[in-house]
Amino acid sequence: MSTATVEKATTAATDTAAGKKRKRSGAILGVVAWIVGLLFVSPVVWMLLTSFHSESDAATNPPSLFAPLTVEGYANFFGADGGASPWPPLLNSITASVLSTILVLIFAIPAAYALSIKPVEKWTDVMFFFLSTKMLPIVAGLLPVYLIAQGIGALDNIWFLIVLYTSMNLPIAVWMMRSFLAEVPGEVLEAAQMDGCTLMRSLRTIVIPMVLPGIAATSLICFIFSWNELLFARVLTGTVAQTAPVFLIGFVTSQGLFLAKVCAAAVIVSLPVLIAGFAAQDKLVQGLSLGAIK
Amino acid sequence: MSTTVEKATTAPADTGPNQPGALKSAGAWARRAPLLPALIFMIVVTQLPFVGTLIISFMNWNAYYPDERGFAGFDNFARVLTDINTRDAIITTIVLTVSVVLLSLLFGMLIALLLDRVFLGRGIVRTLMITPFLVVPVAAALLWKHALFNPEYGLLNGVLTWLFGANAVQPDWLTSAPLTSVIIALVWQWTPFMMLILLAGLQGKPLDVIEAAQIDGCSHWQIFRYMTFPHLRQYLELGGLLGSIYIVQNFDAVFTITSGSLGTANLPYTIYQTFFQAQDYGRASAAGVVVVIGTIVIATFALRSVSSLFKQEGGR
Repeated sequence: MSTATVEKATTAATDTAAGKKRKRSGAILGVVAWIVGLLFVSPVVWMLLTSFHSESDAATNPPSLFAPLTVEGYANFFGADGGASPWPPLLNSITASVLSTILVLIFAIPAAYALSIKPVEKWTDVMFFFLSTKMLPIVAGLLPVYLIAQGIGALDNIWFLIVLYTSMNLPIAVWMMRSFLAEVPGEVLEAAQMDGCTLMRSLRTIVIPMVLPGIAATSLICFIFSWNELLFARVLTGTVAQTAPVFLIGFVTSQGLFLAKVCAAAVIVSLPVLIAGFAAQDKLVQGLSLGAIK
Repeated sequence: MSTTVEKATTAPADTGPNQPGALKSAGAWARRAPLLPALIFMIVVTQLPFVGTLIISFMNWNAYYPDERGFAGFDNFARVLTDINTRDAIITTIVLTVSVVLLSLLFGMLIALLLDRVFLGRGIVRTLMITPFLVVPVAAALLWKHALFNPEYGLLNGVLTWLFGANAVQPDWLTSAPLTSVIIALVWQWTPFMMLILLAGLQGKPLDVIEAAQIDGCSHWQIFRYMTFPHLRQYLELGGLLGSIYIVQNFDAVFTITSGSLGTANLPYTIYQTFFQAQDYGRASAAGVVVVIGTIVIATFALRSVSSLFKQEGGR
């Protein structure tokens, strides 16, 4: 009896000693984590800071951290220095990303329904077919796609890009949506059916509201991938339908000092993705791992 | 024959006595209906172009010489596989993919381990860490090329000046180490991706077992080596394979940072060049087919890994 209490007392004592040690090393590791985090974000901070500097302050060595701030770079990006306006490409990017995302959802939600709630036979094979298309390198299909676009007169047409982006994101969306729909309890749907709920009605009033956060996350991730895409846009668009990434590459050809302008451009073009990404932060892993990780 | 009999006998049992077979197949089609638009769309938009690539890869087709179009047999493949540029591109692709994936997995794991503990401002650090992944790839490439790697006023050499004064070495990063520069920029973007996947993996590790091991006096290293790491293995595989799929295809960074010069041209860039500038459609397609074969090898492993996670989840 007494030995037990003694033992307990000693373990308690060592526990607190170890606890203190662990607490201190924990604090050190916390500081390390902060340093690493700041290191990783520093290029972005530098980009932001440079975008608010004048061109001459942006291109100094050693760097001038505390130079006066100005929006000159942004003004130049938006055409103050006589360059092409970025608005048409930005609008093209918005059109392509938003419309392809809507199309993806229209295709993906019913498909995911047929792969989870009322699964078709061999539904796993279908899932892996979708996934395998994602593994086919874009560059391998580029030439026929280009020739088709040329043949039907769809070069430099934003709609052609929208169709391609839809196909690019549909597998991701099907996988994501399936993993969200699989979380809807089947009993709820059965009960609704018993009560005489039609399929469309139970979809609209039960399933969709339950998976709404999932739909939002799926849309944001599809939006990001479409917005970022360069290869298709570069090959298939010209002056009319060019997207923001293509524009971004094109305007760096100018000579002279342009660093602040480039940084301002990079900030503006990245802003929608940063916003969408932070908004989808909690579901980002699930999306990027195609729903394999919850 | 026996299977048809079996089918015939099981079918009525399945559908119940009052349901004729036609209704059953109608039901099956009703189940399939929501799936068909997506399936047909994907087959048309992604599979048909690839069939086109396959056909063109056996053709002699250069847009500059339209009259010489014809069947070429395996010539394009022979040219692709013996061409020194393509071989270099294959090697570059492998070096680029392997180093970016391994480095970002390593950093991603270390950072995930750091973030998998309670400390002040953990959520903020996590958000900071994700940021590089959310910069548009082209913008990130421009940022590295002009604002960081530039030998005269880039931040990297600026920091060297800060640290070592006016006589500090000022390397020209992009000409002295072009491939390494591209790798650095890509590792910066992909480490957050790996970190997110591994962090999710760490948060699912069995805490009670690890606590028991701690009480039994296991060292941190032992716990990591024999418990955390084996648990993380499948997440490392998943991250590595998904990362490989994306980085094998990388075009943005190579195109923007070095324009494929100085030995940084990977296969996607080389194919783009063969097709866009040399207008050699046959050869570009043959190179495309080679890439697909290479990707299928990776993809087979990737599918197996995803499928094991998928089965764990149990499906429905």
